[in-house]
Amino acid sequence: MDKIRTIIDKEWAEVFKNRVVLFTVLFMPLFFTALPLVVMYAMRVSPGNSDIMDMPPQFTRICGNLTGAACTQYFTVNQFMLLFMMMPLAIPVAISAYSIVGEKTTRCLEPLLATPITTIELIVGKGLAAAIPAIGATWAGFVIFVVGARFLVVNPGVLTRILDPMWLIAVIVIGPLMAVAAVAMSIIVSSRVSDPRTAEQVSMVVIVPLLGVFFGQMAGLFILNTSFILVAAAVLALVDAGLVYLSVGLFQRETILTKWK
Amino acid sequence: MIRTNGLTKQFPGPKDGTAILAVDNLTFSVDEGQVFGFLGPNGAGKTTTVRMLTCLVGPTSGEAWVNNLRVGQADTEIRRNVGILTEAPGLYDRLSAEKNLQIFARLYEVKDVPGQVEKYLRMLGLWDRRDDLTGNFSKGMKQKLAICRALLHEPKVLFLDEPTSGLDPEAAKLVHDFIEQLKSEGRTIFMCTHNLDEADRLCDRIGMMKQRLLVVDTPKALRQRLFGRKVVFHVKQSSPPLVELIKSLPFAHQVQTADNKIVVGLDAPEEQNPIIIRKLVEAGADVQFVGELRHSLEDVYLSLINGK
Repeated sequence: MDKIRTIIDKEWAEVFKNRVVLFTVLFMPLFFTALPLVVMYAMRVSPGNSDIMDMPPQFTRICGNLTGAACTQYFTVNQFMLLFMMMPLAIPVAISAYSIVGEKTTRCLEPLLATPITTIELIVGKGLAAAIPAIGATWAGFVIFVVGARFLVVNPGVLTRILDPMWLIAVIVIGPLMAVAAVAMSIIVSSRVSDPRTAEQVSMVVIVPLLGVFFGQMAGLFILNTSFILVAAAVLALVDAGLVYLSVGLFQRETILTKWK
Repeated sequence: MIRTNGLTKQFPGPKDGTAILAVDNLTFSVDEGQVFGFLGPNGAGKTTTVRMLTCLVGPTSGEAWVNNLRVGQADTEIRRNVGILTEAPGLYDRLSAEKNLQIFARLYEVKDVPGQVEKYLRMLGLWDRRDDLTGNFSKGMKQKLAICRALLHEPKVLFLDEPTSGLDPEAAKLVHDFIEQLKSEGRTIFMCTHNLDEADRLCDRIGMMKQRLLVVDTPKALRQRLFGRKVVFHVKQSSPPLVELIKSLPFAHQVQTADNKIVVGLDAPEEQNPIIIRKLVEAGADVQFVGELRHSLEDVYLSLINGK
């Protein structure tokens, strides 16, 4: 554990001195948290002539006994749930792209690999250093969002639904799973590129399925509900297992020193 | 302390899969407390050998032991017992010198981290710059800091890959002096270098390789093995009869003359020099100086590597 802590300490000491990373870690959660709150505020100030009949029929079932304005607000805010899943994807990619590719290009990896640290300790240390800020920022953002929403909901029922199992599973379970996927993807990409920005851009491909869900829901193709989120969590856990297996295979001393480009 | 037996490393080829032989059947040993110089052209397999001995890459075949630990079976333990100065310093530019060392001291499980960090920063003259970011350091300072990093855990065996590469003469001298100090402490040092004067000055034994190990011996023995021992006799006035006189001696070979110098190949100059001097004096020659002709290690290197 000591060595893992040392790696995390080193990663944070170095990577947070990088303005690009710092901007991503601080600005993105702030923006993604503020955005739904601003929308909720706007809907509370000028609710308009919302009618529950304007909602997709699948969604009106979820709304249950909410009023038209409350259901509209919940429907709108529900679109933003994906932002809380996007944060744990984007932040680790930024951190690990700089921590792994950056270390590779400055040739800092070889002295590190020559220490008695095991490969697993090294990969866990680097992974946690990238995932912890992402998960922390996501959860902190969600807490701020819930506290803000407490004052901005048009109906207390909306807040109850924001704290229902679907949202909680999305933030508490899927968030960390997304972070693991992002870290593993970064390691895989890092083995083939030699520039942190390229690594970051290529790794961001992990965000594509999430965007698919976002636009699918916007288009009314499907509605996020607890069952969907549970299935998504299970699928993501399997995808994570595959990505972690691949990344551990690539993150071996000899592979890094002789095969990484 | 270090022993290899038929150590071989092949890498898969980039295109057609044909294996690239980086190190071929390397067998040698380095005794405790020795400084062993590893010489060879770029691509000869020196760095690959160091990487195999520090358990960074595995051998394709053959065996190696470092500090009586078998490579491939006790890799973590070997890494705990050796220090390595890699070809590039590989420091974290955004961290201070002290922080760089603290991280590695913790990874090497050093008990007194602040004490060891201070010890080596002071020893290499970097204590006053401990809070500066290493990104602002000169190349020489970075190299010194990388040497500190290799020593934090007091390794018995030290691998130095090009320790003075790119350093100015003053910084190089400091590194040389430090290597001599480490040698006096009884540490075993395995040093890859292109600097032949450095190898000649610091190394007890030298290995020259080009995929295969071409030769291993002391610098002096290497010279003798390749060029034999030659003695130069400076006389006030050289003449053909003097040269003929020396040529007539049964133990003298390869007798050459230039200006007033007569160069003679001898197997045992300690016994044969007085005989030659006596003969020259009896023949009326004024012998001014006598000295052994020293071939540089560069002569040995070029002769072996390029066949010149």
